[in-house]
Amino acid sequence: MVSERMEDQPAASTGAEVLVGVRDLKKHFPITGGLLKRQVGAVKAVDGVSFDIYRGHTLGLVGESGSGKSTIGRVILQLDHATEGSVVFDNVDLTQTTGEKLRKIRPRMQMVFQDPHASLNPRMTVSSIVGEPLKEHRAAKRAEKLDRIDELLSLVGLEPSHANRYPHEFSGGQRQRIGIARAIALNPEFIICDEPIAALDVSIQSQIVNLLENLQHHLGLTYLFISHDLSMVRHIADRVAVLYLGKVMELADVDSIYTDPKHPYTQALLSAVPVPDPEVESSRKRIILEGDIPSPADPPPGCPFNTRCPIAQQRCVDEVPEWRELSGGRWVACHFAE
Amino acid sequence: MADRRGSSEWLRRQDRSTQPARVAADPVLEVAGLTTRFDTLDGMVHAVNQVSFTVNKGEFLGVVGESGSGKSVTMMSILRLIPMPPGEIVAGEAIYDDRDLLKIEIDELRHIRGAKIGFIFQDPMTSLNPVLTVGFQIEESLKIHQQLPTEDRQARALELLELVGIPSPEQRLKSYPHELSGGMRQRVMIAVALACSPQILIADEPTTALDVTIQAQIIELVKDLREKFGTAVIWITHDLGVVAGLADRVVVMYGGQIVEEALVGELYASPQHPYTSGLLGSLPRLDQRGTELVTIKGQPPSLYQFPDSCSFAPRCPYAFERCHAERPPLLPISPTRKAACWWDVETGSPRDGV
Repeated sequence: MVSERMEDQPAASTGAEVLVGVRDLKKHFPITGGLLKRQVGAVKAVDGVSFDIYRGHTLGLVGESGSGKSTIGRVILQLDHATEGSVVFDNVDLTQTTGEKLRKIRPRMQMVFQDPHASLNPRMTVSSIVGEPLKEHRAAKRAEKLDRIDELLSLVGLEPSHANRYPHEFSGGQRQRIGIARAIALNPEFIICDEPIAALDVSIQSQIVNLLENLQHHLGLTYLFISHDLSMVRHIADRVAVLYLGKVMELADVDSIYTDPKHPYTQALLSAVPVPDPEVESSRKRIILEGDIPSPADPPPGCPFNTRCPIAQQRCVDEVPEWRELSGGRWVACHFAE
Repeated sequence: MADRRGSSEWLRRQDRSTQPARVAADPVLEVAGLTTRFDTLDGMVHAVNQVSFTVNKGEFLGVVGESGSGKSVTMMSILRLIPMPPGEIVAGEAIYDDRDLLKIEIDELRHIRGAKIGFIFQDPMTSLNPVLTVGFQIEESLKIHQQLPTEDRQARALELLELVGIPSPEQRLKSYPHELSGGMRQRVMIAVALACSPQILIADEPTTALDVTIQAQIIELVKDLREKFGTAVIWITHDLGVVAGLADRVVVMYGGQIVEEALVGELYASPQHPYTSGLLGSLPRLDQRGTELVTIKGQPPSLYQFPDSCSFAPRCPYAFERCHAERPPLLPISPTRKAACWWDVETGSPRDGV
């Protein structure tokens, strides 16, 4: 029933083509216990999430730790299997696709990981790291491969002379550039950036974000930008989905969500982010949420936010709020948002 | 009611030391020429180079810098918490209460650490002891520094937990750190640091490991406590946003040196060091959507080399010959401001007469 309602989410409200459509996606990790290791519960990491990503656009996915942001990314790329729901990539439902057919699609979607120290093999040279996707998918002949590696390195702002060095010889920002070169090696259409700047120094973060923006512009890439840095998401995203405890609370274009948030969680989240300007800071009103995020293994009944919500009522405990459209392209899951 | 009397007396003592938020210069800690280096297998790391600053009574000092800028090592050096060897405090002094913390006997320093100068670390999971209860860890410093009887200690530990906003504090006293969430653990750390009502509280990236809604809770708590007790706070962070709403004064560190020092308002309104302005320009803003982010090109400096020129010169858009030849000291440019730069951004020319 829920999924039927999702179907009428307007795909073309901005006139753009939907590249990735996620519908009622769930990912539950079993908790086993007892002598026979039976399943005694489930961590509901992602619990019924729907959104569209338009071709050439950036969707920002924000949320606090444990809200399920990274799991959504992994399930979209089929690195984890969905418990329920569908992920449609260019009219193919990836959750129903396996084997060689899925392998043919994989080059078209790539990932940039958070930690550039852990995501690059320390025993491989830069050229073999960046060249590995080309080799794996037989995308280039040996001679062409070297040219392509040089081209990729200069695209991400590294020198071709770096090709024979090892990851430990590079700084965090440069390593992230290597990870990005690997991600664009196969000319993908869609890249998931999973906290790509969280491990970097402030002065390096803007370098990487500018690089991602330039690449998007030149290569026509579509991004899912997963981050907890709300200021950076405002800078880079076209639309933003706010996640809480495995559910999307609000989804709208970037300006609407930052200037006029509708969901009480979005309002509190945005008010909690400090602004680097003492004058603005002194006049800002902060909504301080009580308590912590509940465990996704034991989420509260009704609205997941009802334990911390400043305007929660009995109805929020009894009834799961409907995922509804307020106006063109503005979606919210709250009984009282208008 | 013996225990209650003990704690109310404590609160009264706290109230007496209450200070208005912004106070006149009355230094409680004066650091001068602090230089710390580490002798590693790869060579000498010049982590802190001739750092000087003061903290006034009841003042909130923000220390901003990226990783490797020396902000943590500076504070750890003051309390001699760095491992020695490989670390070595080569020069400098840190005057607290007419004593040089870098020279006094370690036993004397132990009576200052925790009692007069509290420390909150970044990661409460690794800085709290996992096999001791929260109550024990709060009482420990009361026992060592104030030799209070058991009953008074328990009463005060309870009071401290209430003060830092932990729900059902009686039960929490008996909890172990792993039973608490990240935000709650950081509250416990604050309770431990405040137990002996220190004059100075050093907080080393206390909210970096926390989610933004929990960070807001901790910031509000520290604001409250500071107003109540007039404790001077040194808040180390890489986040220029956090400091903007909290600090009275800010020092900016780069490559193991202080490059700029100013009152919070003037720092953000008119940064005098190219690094500060670059850093501010590279930050996206939550409250406005800009175009392209300004970047600081290049990488932070390697600390293996002793900085005999300006460490920021290779990345600086204004650098000229002098910057590559001579290291600028922290020059006073107004009664409240200092900057370590040969270039005057106000006039757009090299500084005169220095």
